[in-house]
Amino acid sequence: MKVIKFIGWFFLVSLVVIQFFPIERNQSEEVSRADFMLVNTVPEKIQNKIQVSCYDCHSNNTEYPWYNKVQPVAWFLEDHIREGKAELNFNEWGDYSDRRKNSKLRSIISQIEDGEMPLDSYTLIHGDAKLSSEDKLEIINYITGLKSEL
Amino acid sequence: MKKVRMTIKIYLMVLVTLTAMSCKDASQEKEVSEPMSSEMYQEDSDNQGGSGKMMAENAGNNATNTIIDNYLQLKNALVADDQEAAAQAGGKLVDEFENFDKSNYSSEEQQELTDIIEDAKEHAEHIAESAIDHQREHFDILSKDVIDMIAITGTNKKLYQDFCPMYNNNKGAQWLSATKEIKNPYFGSKMMDCGNIQKEIN
Repeated sequence: MKVIKFIGWFFLVSLVVIQFFPIERNQSEEVSRADFMLVNTVPEKIQNKIQVSCYDCHSNNTEYPWYNKVQPVAWFLEDHIREGKAELNFNEWGDYSDRRKNSKLRSIISQIEDGEMPLDSYTLIHGDAKLSSEDKLEIINYITGLKSEL
Repeated sequence: MKKVRMTIKIYLMVLVTLTAMSCKDASQEKEVSEPMSSEMYQEDSDNQGGSGKMMAENAGNNATNTIIDNYLQLKNALVADDQEAAAQAGGKLVDEFENFDKSNYSSEEQQELTDIIEDAKEHAEHIAESAIDHQREHFDILSKDVIDMIAITGTNKKLYQDFCPMYNNNKGAQWLSATKEIKNPYFGSKMMDCGNIQKEIN
């Protein structure tokens, strides 16, 4: 009984203590000139879809949900965003070489086709980020077009 | 007395949590320090490169050859439907792309090589940690990168540039092989002999 009580206290106190660790925020005031939407002429509808479904993790600006203020959720999100940006950062699109653009476009297509992106754990909370099969088709068609222009 | 024990408990908990946190920081520091060591490595190889153009050219060719060897290992693993061996070869390729010394090439070639290697490295990284169908997708683009790389660096190896017209929804995909016989890395045992020789290198 004593042990359970101790463990209970331990977690409670840890939970309180970790709240004092600073939360890093992926937010930038700067509008990147290399942004995907500025470098390419993207139809508004597709622009909206990509911004809502992809930009939270694949750009320098995340629209944070309220629970980001709670640790350890914030760490978990921070990790995801760091990984996502390393893989693809829409804000840096114009700085990628044509070769890399081609690779990225191909990966975007295959990730969306296979339904791997956006992540299920993300769309679970962000219902609006979910892509319907129609959305998928539209985005894939547009991206395929970009790819053939390279 | 009870109060004192409680306080001690709380202090202990805080201590443990803080220790755990500092571990997290330490592992991050390690991540940061890794690129530095590869930079040092590059400096070393730069110094060696200065000792004569002939030697340098040889070294460049050797570096390309190790990349080709590992690429061929990766290709053979995919032919054999062996995800694990492919992942291993992919991991080795990452290191070799990272350590590739471009200093002996013209600035234009260097730019091109930088683009190629940056892209190829990413594909190799994915191959090192993906399921086999993803490995094959990345192998497709990686093959293109390696072919373009060889066009710049050259090689003394005898290679066959093969083409499978069916892969990627009939868009087709290339690969390199050291043997004349067609063994398809994109379909493996499902369609081992799909493909034809596009070009012979050397």
